[in-house]
Amino acid sequence: MQNTISQPQLQAGANVPRGVSRARIVGIIGVVVAALLISAVVLRVDATKFSTLNIPQPGAPPNQPLARIPLPTVATVIVLQGLLGLVGLYIALRQRMQWITLYVSTMIGLAFFTILLWAVAGSSVDLVDVLARVVRLATPITLGALAGLICERSGVVNIAIEGTMLFGACIGFIVAMVSGSTTLGVLAAMLTGSLVSALHAVLSVNFKVDQIISGTVINLLAVGVTGYLRGSFIIGYEQRNGADITAQALPVLRIPGLSQIPVLGPIFFSHQPITYIMLILVFAINLLLFRTVWGLRTRAIGEHPKAADTVGIQVNRMRFWNVVASGLISGLAGAWFSLESTFRFDDVMTNGRGFIALAAMIFGKWTPLGAFGGALLFSSADALQIKIQGFNFGLPRQFLQMLPYLVTLVVLAGIIGRARPPAAVGQPYEKG
Amino acid sequence: MQQQPTLEVREITKRFPGVLANDHISFTLMQGEIHAFLGENGAGKSTLMNILYGLYAPDEGEILINGQPVTIRNSADAIARGIGMVHQEFALVDTLTVAENIMLGTEITSGPLVDERRANERIAQLSQEYGLQVPPDALVQDLPVGVQQRVEILKALYRNAEMLILDEPTAVLTPQEAEDLFRVMRSLVERGKSIIFISHKLKEVLRIADRITVLRRGKVVGSANPRESTEQTLASMMVGRDVVLTVDKDAAQPGQAVLEVRDLVVLDDRHQVAVDGVSLDVRAGEVLGIAGVQGNGQTELVEAINGLRPVINGMVCIVGQNTSTAAPRAINELGVAYIPEDRKGTGLVLAYPIADNLVLSTYYRSPFAKGMRILANTIEEQARKLVKEFDIRTPSIWTSAGALSGGNQQKIIVAREFSRQIKLLVASQPTRGIDVGSIEFIHRSIIEQRDEGVAVLLVSAELDEVLALSDRIAVMYKGRILAVLPRAEASRDRLGLLMAGITEEPTHGRPA
Repeated sequence: MQNTISQPQLQAGANVPRGVSRARIVGIIGVVVAALLISAVVLRVDATKFSTLNIPQPGAPPNQPLARIPLPTVATVIVLQGLLGLVGLYIALRQRMQWITLYVSTMIGLAFFTILLWAVAGSSVDLVDVLARVVRLATPITLGALAGLICERSGVVNIAIEGTMLFGACIGFIVAMVSGSTTLGVLAAMLTGSLVSALHAVLSVNFKVDQIISGTVINLLAVGVTGYLRGSFIIGYEQRNGADITAQALPVLRIPGLSQIPVLGPIFFSHQPITYIMLILVFAINLLLFRTVWGLRTRAIGEHPKAADTVGIQVNRMRFWNVVASGLISGLAGAWFSLESTFRFDDVMTNGRGFIALAAMIFGKWTPLGAFGGALLFSSADALQIKIQGFNFGLPRQFLQMLPYLVTLVVLAGIIGRARPPAAVGQPYEKG
Repeated sequence: MQQQPTLEVREITKRFPGVLANDHISFTLMQGEIHAFLGENGAGKSTLMNILYGLYAPDEGEILINGQPVTIRNSADAIARGIGMVHQEFALVDTLTVAENIMLGTEITSGPLVDERRANERIAQLSQEYGLQVPPDALVQDLPVGVQQRVEILKALYRNAEMLILDEPTAVLTPQEAEDLFRVMRSLVERGKSIIFISHKLKEVLRIADRITVLRRGKVVGSANPRESTEQTLASMMVGRDVVLTVDKDAAQPGQAVLEVRDLVVLDDRHQVAVDGVSLDVRAGEVLGIAGVQGNGQTELVEAINGLRPVINGMVCIVGQNTSTAAPRAINELGVAYIPEDRKGTGLVLAYPIADNLVLSTYYRSPFAKGMRILANTIEEQARKLVKEFDIRTPSIWTSAGALSGGNQQKIIVAREFSRQIKLLVASQPTRGIDVGSIEFIHRSIIEQRDEGVAVLLVSAELDEVLALSDRIAVMYKGRILAVLPRAEASRDRLGLLMAGITEEPTHGRPA
């Protein structure tokens, strides 16, 4: 009898745990990153140098810090990155899938910290100021991510966050400039955002246009329209009325008492209004999404609209209003650019933050708290980049400016693992 | 005085373009009874139930609930009038918990928040009352199908349904789970609920129903009392002629192994192990049936054999060649025919005409192509021949495949696969959701192929089908083959236990 079966190449019935290769790859990347950073620091930094971290005393002048922590640069980097490498090795060998997200976050965070230490070798830096900056820069990203997840949880893809922000930033600035009231400008930005989102909702929910196309159209429209408004109106108005423009960027509000707490005070309680609203919204939307009727129904229509329909939930109406509501938040994010971080409107000043917001949303697996975490990761790259430009540092500035985008790319390239979006996202719902 | 029916349907008529789906249908449903509706696919059962549940509006006729005429405009209306429906495909949100699914749309709140504690209490009380145990905090996606179905029933009860429509509820259950369901159905009617039970499985209907109404081509063709009926009489009523329920076949004359699978490991779409060390042989001239509840790795096994899913470990040999990494076309050209379980998605290109669908596996080579040129004439000739030979009922060979009934669509696939020389047939759910006439035809064709020396691997969730066609039966559970039994030793009970994962001794991994 001709029986030409060859022996199976692998052991019979061997249990194959899922995601084998991903745990390996992430672990190995961790080891490589650690090795690269250690060798770079060892080669480029004098071993006798110290990086000094200052912890300021709130309210006191900067030359009287609460604490001054001198760290031997090279030794600290070797210890921290060495530990990271060892954990990476462990993950690669033992294939600890459940550690991956935590590990990647730590890896990126420690890489930033290492670069910071490297940059300030022989000098000192205000660590609290860096962290406060991280929170501040996370504001538009977090708001954008919250807007995105309200849409996507209900089943509508919204890549128009970027364009909606830009519209909000532009119109908000014009209203503030002309009326003299920045608050009015912020409200105008939110209203604009909701109107732009309503356009997306009409196109994608009511007319069932492909949601990516609709979003792209809005993004392109935003660049064109706001560019035109700046060229034809804003610049001219500023020149004509330069001295009469009384509105200013939103003020810093130090929360009495809380802002005096060392470390936490400057990081969380000495910000401008939109940043506070962002922090409140993260928790509020988390509560709304997971504990209220609105949240339950939103999650249902994004996963299985038909099931929701059969129990009497009006799927398309709910999607429409969710998209409009997300526009209020995107508009607020827009106001951050032109009315909070500065009082100015530049062409395309949102600079891709709306897209990074979507990356943060995915990184956070479509949860508000997770999205905030993702936003902090991306904003740390931003903060680091801005902070260390002042130091005489081996790496070229352009490379550092690439950091936020590079981090986005690495995170989205899937080492975090494929996140599962709401099942019905992107699919228009038709009855019957 | 006679008791008033809970539900009365009078002369309901529903037309779709070109089809009279319901033709003056009348029936009554009394309180506390199980009323079964029998009928082939396309007989109008689903249309009728969708009218009752408010998804379609009837063109004529009226519906009375407790003697009052009512209009049911949408499913919310139906729910408000005490009608609950469990669809064949569950309307459950996988990522929500059992409690969230049950209360969705009718949430219990305290202030602005959903009150999970009170919802759980209400669910626990309902579970207790009707013997429907569910874990309220578990995610639906983590539950077995039988429990998901209980969640669906609870959903209706939570909304105070007095009448329950169960659409083919046993299609996805093991025999034991079906027993559980019947027990629940009994306890429901004992407590005064009424049930409309839709099925095409004659055995079940005879067992559980108090009354049976048979539909054919949109009309009520008769009603029957289960105590006075047999499977044979019901089947004849359903199809309109005498039906052969068993498949006549001689003993198999098995030859050499054509398909050899060794220690096969395959992952599913979520990268979980779906096939976990399966070994089996299928010999020329025999039918090896794989029994098992859907979703125990059958789909992945079949796809791996056909080269549609990567083999992670172990191997697949067809006619002595290792095909573990072979492309689907190479496997096809070894003489493998494939009837996929998803005929609309995988088996056919619905938008293409029948003629093109009939040459999907051979269009690129002689006699249907010459170099880069497709020979339309040969394809047309072939199509005319096969349509006749396989009795595919269609207005024309240029009609798109999507326009045909399920039975005729399946015949296109069978015709295509059997029209060339084959050595191995892999048939996955070959008769799911098609009419009895087509089932008979396809069963006969499969046995004919076997008698000509083709090795047949049959995967079916219908235990009756596996029992009718197979010479040996393997039971698949959680990715493993728990046992391989000769047909003579495979009783329904024994298979039923194996399908639920209950073995007397661990026997997996042994070559079949």
